[in-house]
Amino acid sequence: MSRPSFELISTEQVARILDEAFALLAHTGVRVSLPEARALLASGGAAVDENAEVVRLPEALIRAGLQSAPHSFTLYNLLGEARLTYGDDQVHFDPGSAAVNVLDADSGRQRPAQSADLLRIIQVAEGLPQFAAQSTAVVCADIPVPIGDLYRLYLVLLHSAKPVITGAFTAEGGQRMLRFLAGVCGGAQALRERPVAVFDVCPTPPLVYSAFAAQSLIDLARAGVPAEIVSMPLAGSAGPVTLLGSVVQHAAECLAGIALHQCAAPGAPIVWGGAPAIFDMRHGTTPMGAVETAMMDAAYAQVGRSLGLPTHTYLAASDAKLVDAQAGLESGISAVLAALAGVSMVSGAGMLDFLNCHSAEKLVVDAEAVRAALRLREGMHELTPTLGLEFFVGIDFRADFLKQKVTRQLFRAEQSLPSAVIDRGSVRAWEESGRLDTWARARLRVEELVAAYTPPDLPPAQAQELRERMAAEQKAVSA
Amino acid sequence: MSTDIFQAMAQSVIDGEKEEAARLARQAVTDGIDPLVAIDQGFVAGMRYVGEQYTLGEMFLPDLVLAAEAMKAAIAELEPEMARRGTARQVLGTVVIGTVEGDIHDIGKTLVGTLLSANGFKVYDLGVNVPLQTFLDKALEVNADIIGLSTLLTTTMINQRKFVQALEAAGVRSRFKVLVGGAPVTRSWAAEIGADGYSEDASGAVQAAIQLMQGG
Ligand code: B12
Repeated sequence: MSRPSFELISTEQVARILDEAFALLAHTGVRVSLPEARALLASGGAAVDENAEVVRLPEALIRAGLQSAPHSFTLYNLLGEARLTYGDDQVHFDPGSAAVNVLDADSGRQRPAQSADLLRIIQVAEGLPQFAAQSTAVVCADIPVPIGDLYRLYLVLLHSAKPVITGAFTAEGGQRMLRFLAGVCGGAQALRERPVAVFDVCPTPPLVYSAFAAQSLIDLARAGVPAEIVSMPLAGSAGPVTLLGSVVQHAAECLAGIALHQCAAPGAPIVWGGAPAIFDMRHGTTPMGAVETAMMDAAYAQVGRSLGLPTHTYLAASDAKLVDAQAGLESGISAVLAALAGVSMVSGAGMLDFLNCHSAEKLVVDAEAVRAALRLREGMHELTPTLGLEFFVGIDFRADFLKQKVTRQLFRAEQSLPSAVIDRGSVRAWEESGRLDTWARARLRVEELVAAYTPPDLPPAQAQELRERMAAEQKAVSA
Repeated sequence: MSTDIFQAMAQSVIDGEKEEAARLARQAVTDGIDPLVAIDQGFVAGMRYVGEQYTLGEMFLPDLVLAAEAMKAAIAELEPEMARRGTARQVLGTVVIGTVEGDIHDIGKTLVGTLLSANGFKVYDLGVNVPLQTFLDKALEVNADIIGLSTLLTTTMINQRKFVQALEAAGVRSRFKVLVGGAPVTRSWAAEIGADGYSEDASGAVQAAIQLMQGG
């Protein structure tokens, strides 16, 4: 059976992108605003201009990093169960991260996200098998800022049996989160062997690693906790206007990050990720639902795959302000493209308004797009010895396939079952059940998932450990 | 002949040709044209046209930004002559703008600064990750009318509040109008922290700044 896949660019273009990225790093270089990171790269053979904080990277140094970076890694949950693999030609989805607002389902308006909203999103995502991982989906306005990044992670760990895609807001925050994880996972070594979280690290486009980003890469590498480079050239503002030009920048930013990360700890897990967007020239916005955004993602994912690295991107998000037709079409199209492009982890479901807003209702709609995308990626199954011939034995021109045992036996393998969010009933049934539109059906589905939610089976001592460590961190910060 | 050169000036801004704009500005000085007249009847006319076309959806951000750059280049050439004549361009107001400490989001703030300067404000862009004291020092130094604080992170929004408080503590609150913006910033947040103005986008920021200068 062959997997359908979408290759947007040619092998020659992949090679040219990498050539130009290597040239960019050798001649223009990257600015790295952390002395320790510059020193690490210098010891690996890079030429450093300390005054300008610019590091020029020879190809050999980067190649060494590519050589030592693992091609796949597995994520676990707090119970120590393996839950998913990044790489190995797998495609997974998780909800988008770090929204400022949620779309309040009652008022239909955006409002600042609270920890109760995060909990609701976690509960909904927990019941959706389409999402292999959780994310720290929103920033909670009711939690003190200094521990906000840790608190989100804590909430997910306490309430989910899935691994989590997360990120810090400051270098200290990241260190606090790593300490916390080591504490609740049974020590630094256990965390390294069975990581439960992936941390996003964002270079600043174009071609800059802030002290925070560089520090995060070093800390994550040394802790052996997966780092996900989220490079985001904005084509036309913080990146070249051409899609390929921005993909070159993306490659350069990722290659530089990998070089630094592997200098800090060769063999530590790292992801070729990103969240680029085109820059809308009318509104000055960064549309995640634009097809050109998805095209950059598909192209850079192809580059990452050619290097054998696990990949990540931001798709299945929309720029609509409501869970409306625009939200459906942007998220649906881009989810399909991401799956076909073979991206290891696709973040973004549930998000609206340029990643500013999260919606549990959108998440359950997106789950249907993800289901369809993953089904598409399975391709055409060959489930029987003949493709069709055998079904016609005894059919005698009657439409009696429903009576065949094989129909009952195989339909589930062929058809992915949608939830009630997707209406496939008769118009009469639809009228009788109250003429509900997608939004109304999504609201019901959210209620259903929240009601059916079951917490992870954490041993009481471990749950206690989580709570106590969180309380201690809270105290340390308010002191 | 003057109208020809004014038209060429306007056109250089419309085309976003900064070398051409600078060349025409130098020529105006050689020809003895009053710099203020050159700005008003030449370059500003071009900028106004671009602004209108942008609002109509016929021109786009690259047009606007390149026009603003051409305008800046022309004014830089004219400034020494204005100083020599002891005149000064009528600016709508002086703005100090930057992204607050802890935040490195650059693009929105820069766009706001560019549009403000294109629309007749004198703008000092302090960049990103700017300590609150630096905003205040610069505002005092250039006698700013408006201080613009940008932030894209909920974690650093607090710095906008702190800045208003710092102005009060320094006893200079009434000297400056504070304009706030950035994706998580809302009208109600602006009101809550006692800022004077707010806008959710760059063209709105220009309107808000003009309103503030009119005392609104
Ligand atoms: C590009 C981007 C980045 C780039 C910035 C590149 C650069 N050179 O500027 C990089 C990669 C560096 C980045 C880093 C991070 N980012 Co960021 N980023 C974005 C993104 C996708 C787009 C921002 C942008 O440029 N928009 C385009 C411009 C034109 O719009 P704008 O900035 O909103 O500006 C307009 C208005 O707001 C207004 N305005 C702006 N300033 C002002 C000022 C005044 C006075 C006025 C009147 C108006 C005004 O007018 C502007 C023009 O119309 C946003 C998502 C979003 N939708 O905002 C996330 C986003 C802001 N980032 C986010 C996060 C979490 C981060 C990181 C913490 C990620 C991490 N874990 O490392 C870091 C923070 C680092 C730091 N200390 O600052 C979150 C914020 C979440 C939160 N709750 O605060 C967002 C919302 C995305 C998300 N959901 O995850 N980011």
